[in-house]
Amino acid sequence: MTLPEAAGLLLATVARLITGAQGHWHGSPPKAEQRIYFANHQSHFDWVLIWAALPGDLRSTTRPIAARDYWTSTPLKHWITREIFNAVYVSRQRTDDEDPLEPLMEALRNGDSLVIFPEGTRGNKGDPAPFKAGLYHLAEAFPEVQLIPTWIDNVQRVMPKGEVVPVPILCSVTFGAPLLLQPGEDKRAFLDRARDAVIALRSVH
Amino acid sequence: MGALRSLTVSQQVGLLFVALFGALTIVTIIAFTRTLRDRSDAQLADHEQFKRDLRAVWIGAVLFWVAWASGAFVSTLLFGVVSFLALREFVTLTHTRRGDHRSLLLAFFIVLPMQYVIVATQKFDLFTVFIPVYVFLAIPVVSAFGNDPQRFLERTAKIQWGIMVCVYGMSHAPALLLLDLPDYKGRGAFLVLYLVLVVAIAQIAQEVASRRMRRRPAARAISRSFSWRAWGVGALVAGVVGAALYWATPFKPIPALLMGFVAGGSGTLGEFVMKALKRDAGVRNWGGKASVTGAVGLLDRVAPLCFAAPVFFHSVRWYFGL
Repeated sequence: MTLPEAAGLLLATVARLITGAQGHWHGSPPKAEQRIYFANHQSHFDWVLIWAALPGDLRSTTRPIAARDYWTSTPLKHWITREIFNAVYVSRQRTDDEDPLEPLMEALRNGDSLVIFPEGTRGNKGDPAPFKAGLYHLAEAFPEVQLIPTWIDNVQRVMPKGEVVPVPILCSVTFGAPLLLQPGEDKRAFLDRARDAVIALRSVH
Repeated sequence: MGALRSLTVSQQVGLLFVALFGALTIVTIIAFTRTLRDRSDAQLADHEQFKRDLRAVWIGAVLFWVAWASGAFVSTLLFGVVSFLALREFVTLTHTRRGDHRSLLLAFFIVLPMQYVIVATQKFDLFTVFIPVYVFLAIPVVSAFGNDPQRFLERTAKIQWGIMVCVYGMSHAPALLLLDLPDYKGRGAFLVLYLVLVVAIAQIAQEVASRRMRRRPAARAISRSFSWRAWGVGALVAGVVGAALYWATPFKPIPALLMGFVAGGSGTLGEFVMKALKRDAGVRNWGGKASVTGAVGLLDRVAPLCFAAPVFFHSVRWYFGL
């Protein structure tokens, strides 16, 4: 076992000890198909929770998105995101000649699965914010990739904004049935439908 | 019984584990053969529940065997871990707010380990007062610094209650391991086993009794099955089983019966209280079914022990005038 693998295993164990990280699969079995998981975003802990809730053999092919300026700023952050999570780096500054989604498209062309948080930022409480357009563009470009709505429950209590140490509280991750982009579907309509699919999982248990 | 009494400690405990695992194996085989018959849905649901309970008993028995085989330190550690998981479930069920974050960290990462370190180092004076006095005062202070006056007393009380039950109550079970009883050196492990057995038996007996007798519930809004008569049967059966085990305890038969009665009775009352708590938290499922938050029902299973352990611990100390 290499060092990043061991570190990953340790991290998943800690996440399970603290949150239980229970994965509930409703409508899509945990299979090694190429997928985009899109979830509500409340805490820095969200990604680790989804990752720990996935079965071990899906973890290596499922990648998070990380902001390049923040997650490469120190060697440790860079090492964690690169070696353990195999993150896809995106830049937050928009330049005219570069499509911000290009690194994601690249990863999908390689056959990797992605986890994205389409709200773009961490919400405070209640319902998720309206989704950003990235999900739509990815769905349009890769119609064969399954879009799995994902609801993360309770995690804001584990680590509220501004706190560093997580409190042990049980959380669950609910994965729903795949969402399909209808032919000719309007961008806004699709994004709202995707958001509703995520919210609907809140009451499914 | 005299022959049993004269065996060495490890022979006695070994015998008990053989009996326990033997009984479990027989029950499991019977349960398996019963699955081969056709039954109605209600019976199937009952059977599923029974299977979950049986699995929990198996896990508990194996854990106990491991703990006993590897000594007091590992047992204490094991109870510490169970305490942690129970407190985690308790906190999940209560509605804490952002301002409680620091108090919760204090509870999980400082109070809980310290209490078990105190147990392991046998500082019994500190052990009895650490949580009821010092932590009782420290938690509201830390909570107040959380800068959130909304429902302050309620939130603080909930955290304190959780610590009292899940940490303080539970820590009395490993503390039995270290009690220095006259002519009973090194047999603390048996007292723990005795406690767990009578508590489990009280629960099972009460469950069976409430099904058979169909008495009027003592508090219908909280539990449909709890009646005083069923409680009495549960505690009494626990007492009888406790008396039957007297040969391996430091007690004479009659005190062994009383000890079993007291421990079993307080355990089932603890279970009753946990039902009230879960009703309050809006959890419908009971006994091992995953619920909304993924709380898997560990709290239901260990709550009786958390209530019975302190009562039993102090009964033992009074009995021997320690």
